[in-house]
Amino acid sequence: MTFNRSDVGAGSIFVAIGLFFGLMTLYGLDIGTARRMGPGYFPIVLSGILIVFGIATILKGMSHPDVERGPLPWRGIPVLLSVPVLFGLLIRPLGIAPVLLITTFVTSFASRRMSLLAAVALSVGLTIFCILVFSIGLGLPLRVFGSAVEPWTRPIFGVR
Amino acid sequence: MDLVSNLYLGLSIALQPHNLMFCFLGCLLGTLVGVLPGIGPTATIAMLLPITLGLDPATSLIMLAGIYYGAQYGGSTTAILINLPGESSSAVTAIDGYQMAKQGRAGIALATAALGSFFAGTVATVILALFAPPLAKAALNFGSPEYFSLMVLGLICAIALAHGSILKATAMIVIGLLFGLVGADLYSGAQRFTFGIPQLSDELNFVAVAVGIFGIAEILRNLQSETDRDVMVKKVANLWPSGEDFRRMAAPVVRGTALGSILGVLPGGGAILASFASYTVEKRLSRTPEEFGRGAIEGVAGPESANNAGAQTSFIPMLTLGIPANPVMALMIGAMIIQGIVPGPNVVNQNPDLFWGIIASMWAGNLMLVLLNLPLIGLWVRLLTIPYYLLFPAIMAFAAIGIYSINSNPYDLYTLSLFGALGYALVRFGCEPAPLLLGFVLGPMLEEHLRRAMIISKGDPSVFLTRPISATLLVMSLVVLAIVLMPSVRKKREEVFVEED
Repeated sequence: MTFNRSDVGAGSIFVAIGLFFGLMTLYGLDIGTARRMGPGYFPIVLSGILIVFGIATILKGMSHPDVERGPLPWRGIPVLLSVPVLFGLLIRPLGIAPVLLITTFVTSFASRRMSLLAAVALSVGLTIFCILVFSIGLGLPLRVFGSAVEPWTRPIFGVR
Repeated sequence: MDLVSNLYLGLSIALQPHNLMFCFLGCLLGTLVGVLPGIGPTATIAMLLPITLGLDPATSLIMLAGIYYGAQYGGSTTAILINLPGESSSAVTAIDGYQMAKQGRAGIALATAALGSFFAGTVATVILALFAPPLAKAALNFGSPEYFSLMVLGLICAIALAHGSILKATAMIVIGLLFGLVGADLYSGAQRFTFGIPQLSDELNFVAVAVGIFGIAEILRNLQSETDRDVMVKKVANLWPSGEDFRRMAAPVVRGTALGSILGVLPGGGAILASFASYTVEKRLSRTPEEFGRGAIEGVAGPESANNAGAQTSFIPMLTLGIPANPVMALMIGAMIIQGIVPGPNVVNQNPDLFWGIIASMWAGNLMLVLLNLPLIGLWVRLLTIPYYLLFPAIMAFAAIGIYSINSNPYDLYTLSLFGALGYALVRFGCEPAPLLLGFVLGPMLEEHLRRAMIISKGDPSVFLTRPISATLLVMSLVVLAIVLMPSVRKKREEVFVEED
């Protein structure tokens, strides 16, 4: 049996999101009445609609043939989705300079074309550029070195 | 004359040296990022938005507007020179623009796009100045039922104009609405969907959501197939169109401007529709329709003007009603809120300098774009040759810095990851991301007005039908919905959007 994986995939995501919000609402929020709507009224209506549309999309996909969608970026997906998390976890303790070095280096490997040397050069160059532009030029509130590395960098770079 | 004194006020703001400078900077940055393929205007603005937050509100919105039309303009350059439209509204430009470039007429195609855009921008600015204030005045009488019905109409138009399946577009809006509700409830203060994490109680950071579903998803799509871009035109010479060219482009530019000005106001990406409509009209009116698709100058002049006029008039609902017509306007509204300005009909009265300053700056910005683009075209061509694998790490770094600098909240970066994953999955499964972002911005407003309307009416839903403006808006929504669902329109609609891909 063939089915349209795009439709079934999208529909499943719709149902999953609908169930997630619906269940969270049922088990934690006051729905209230149409006259005095509680915090759960609007979300429960929307979740219901989303689940219905999700099921409809799945059913539609069952009766349609599949289409070709090209290869998945197997390196790009894990790399690009983990880099922001890495950035978020490390930014407070390390500060912007080390974090940019690390995250840019990691990001580079999402592409099959990147060589080790190019990745190192890009990381260093981009880090210097970003500090000059964002931290010094635009004065964004970013600490160049965080509390965890500051004791070591202070003798070299001073307080930043 | 009210209009004259208002425009004078606007010009006096827009022509202040620091506003001019930031307008220029916005145009420059916008063109720069717009020319770099693989990142569209929405992601560009989302990424650059944080750097404008330190400026005063008028200057920051002037700069954002500059980034917007700069990015649009840069998108056309890419479309003409390498047949890779940076965004969907310049997809039409690519059809004939690229053919012109192949025939050695790249310079003329670029100049046509620039001059057409400038004309359209000038006219649309006047239209904006003429129609926005009365609309804002009318909107002052709007109560919650009217706002609710207006947003319903907006969302339905967004569904109608979205690519692909109506089912999916509607579901995307609902997903956006739901994620828009994350955070503390306005009335009861109850924490919704926050898992007890205090950093989430402020609602999800909309810049992170936008960069996730547009930026990261776009990078992943580009990494799907890494190919070398073929920049055929190494050197662009002969920029100035001949008299014959001018004669051929005049009428399409005027018609495109008219179409774009009207369609741009429609929610859900009127600019895209405008460029398609203009292309179709020009092809039909042409005495030599067989030239279309083989480098017809009309096929560049019309759609480019329509596209730019539409981009400009899409500011009308944003500035007067506080309702975004497209994802970029949604970002502008977000920027206004961060700046402490309540979007809506009061902006005209309470912040006239901001309102008229933005309008006047658009004209200044359009002029700058012409000056910036035509002489510097060689520089932009060289930018096109930067390999993508060097670009996307920079995009990621800028995005992360930008998002973190808004609130210094690491959770905003986790939001970025989550929406990158969700956005890419949904786009891969054939859903369009724009309705999600519109829903996300409108979600809290829609709920607030619904609940307020129901409290006022004591739980009687007929309030939406007994108030004339609200009823009219709902009837219009039904009409739009009926048109979209009509079998013949449905078929046509699918054809149009297939052509685009």
